[in-house]
Amino acid sequence: MGSVSGDGTAIVIDAVDKTFNVGSASAIEALQGIDLAIEPGEFVSLIGPSGCGKSTLLRLVADLVTPTAGAIEVFGKPAKQARLDRDYGMAFQSAGLFSWRKVARNIELPLELMGWSKGEREARSDEMLEMVRLAGFGNHYPWQLSGGMQQRVAIARALSFRPKLLLMDEPFGALDEMTREHMQDELLELVAELGTTVLFVTHSISEATFLSDRVVVLSPRPGRIHEIIDVPLGSERDDDTREDETFFKCATEVREALRHVGDEG
Amino acid sequence: MTAATANPAGTGPSGRLWHRASLLIPAAGAGLTLFALWELAVRALDIQEFLLPKPSSIAEALVDNWTEVEGLATVSLREAGWNTTVIAFTGLLIGVMLGALLALLATRYVRVGQTITPFAVAANATPIIALAPIFNAWFGITSAVSNQAVVVVVVFFPVFVNTARGLLEVEPDQLELMRSYGASDMSVLRQVRIPNAIPFFLTSLRLAAPLSVIAAIVAEYFGGPQDRLGPVITQNASFARYDVAWAAIVVASAVGLVLFGLAVALERVAMPWRRPAEVL
Repeated sequence: MGSVSGDGTAIVIDAVDKTFNVGSASAIEALQGIDLAIEPGEFVSLIGPSGCGKSTLLRLVADLVTPTAGAIEVFGKPAKQARLDRDYGMAFQSAGLFSWRKVARNIELPLELMGWSKGEREARSDEMLEMVRLAGFGNHYPWQLSGGMQQRVAIARALSFRPKLLLMDEPFGALDEMTREHMQDELLELVAELGTTVLFVTHSISEATFLSDRVVVLSPRPGRIHEIIDVPLGSERDDDTREDETFFKCATEVREALRHVGDEG
Repeated sequence: MTAATANPAGTGPSGRLWHRASLLIPAAGAGLTLFALWELAVRALDIQEFLLPKPSSIAEALVDNWTEVEGLATVSLREAGWNTTVIAFTGLLIGVMLGALLALLATRYVRVGQTITPFAVAANATPIIALAPIFNAWFGITSAVSNQAVVVVVVFFPVFVNTARGLLEVEPDQLELMRSYGASDMSVLRQVRIPNAIPFFLTSLRLAAPLSVIAAIVAEYFGGPQDRLGPVITQNASFARYDVAWAAIVVASAVGLVLFGLAVALERVAMPWRRPAEVL
């Protein structure tokens, strides 16, 4: 892929505003004055009341939406260039699998678009299936898999071409609590192994705290960064971490920040 | 009919086939009962044959006229049935291709869509059969093309509308995903829109297949070559040979069923990803 060096910042969001339907009566100011820098290998969560623009912020980084003011750089390039260079993978709340493609071919979709040969694609999808613990399911159709398994396929698809950045929009939002915690463990292992930077949208306090190096708390519309909370839990996190004192302390900080912005709104 | 349940759904392909066939038993039983009641009612109430022939008379007429050309007739039922099938099938093929192709163009290019859609809607609101005499004037009263044209127009609309919906009603997440890969419009069409439209298209085919037979026969009532099921029905009815007219209707419905069956079979081949529950 591109020749961007590993050093430097992964994402720089510089004084970004986003207003939908600019100039019309139905104009909505979604985000205001967002400044945020994310280092390579960092795991950062965006959390805030619904409608605070956290998904919009993710889509701005993905260049699926363009900012009204300000600039966004991903690995030192404008967001659009990063998108065209396929510098990031993406996963949504709905797994968004293609029902007409078998599981392995879903994972291979981005590789196909990038012109990989059949042999290379199959080798990689096998490897990804192994990584997300779905070895042997490549020949199934998505409907034959449970919600958690489908989400694993979506993550495997997002990481299949080894992007340096993973953008996730409430990927575990539709899963039950137990599956969810299990998926969180797996995700951390996976991104640690691949050294992927992650920007993660969630509305779960415990999820944000467990996964992140930093939790960004947004205020209600128009979304502004209210507070950034460091989570010094280290890189080795497992089920015991969920009962760790630091975990509770950080989760409480996030909860109080959210309560505070809730009162403001 | 208690013997029907004697063989449980077995394992292996032959067991599965038997299980499938056994699912048809209620329908077959109901059909046979209906024919028996019909036969009995006509006999018991002494209903005139010209009002409602007995199923046995219809069956007899079907056998007698299947290959033989009797009395006033110019064709056997087999020949008439085949000729009508050819018209229905070719009209179906052309109408389906036209519908799918225009749906593709109309959804891909906004201008084309804005141009075509009002015409398609107008065509659908027109009682197409009203066009049959006009088509006769255009393509010649003895030409089969005028009948074919009616079939094409009748079949076109359900295919056009359903396929267009399938091409447009795509999950937004899938579109965002494709955009995130920097995929071209052509890739989005090939990888997302067309596969998404396949179930819609196939459903429209199920509607269009029997419609094509109805359209062909009704068009034949108004003109075109005489060696078809339409004229066979009208001519025999006007000479009070109702048993033969009914026999021709039986042939027509058999043709409709066969075309419907083809549409269902295509669904199985073209959609390997469908859930078993969706099979019907």
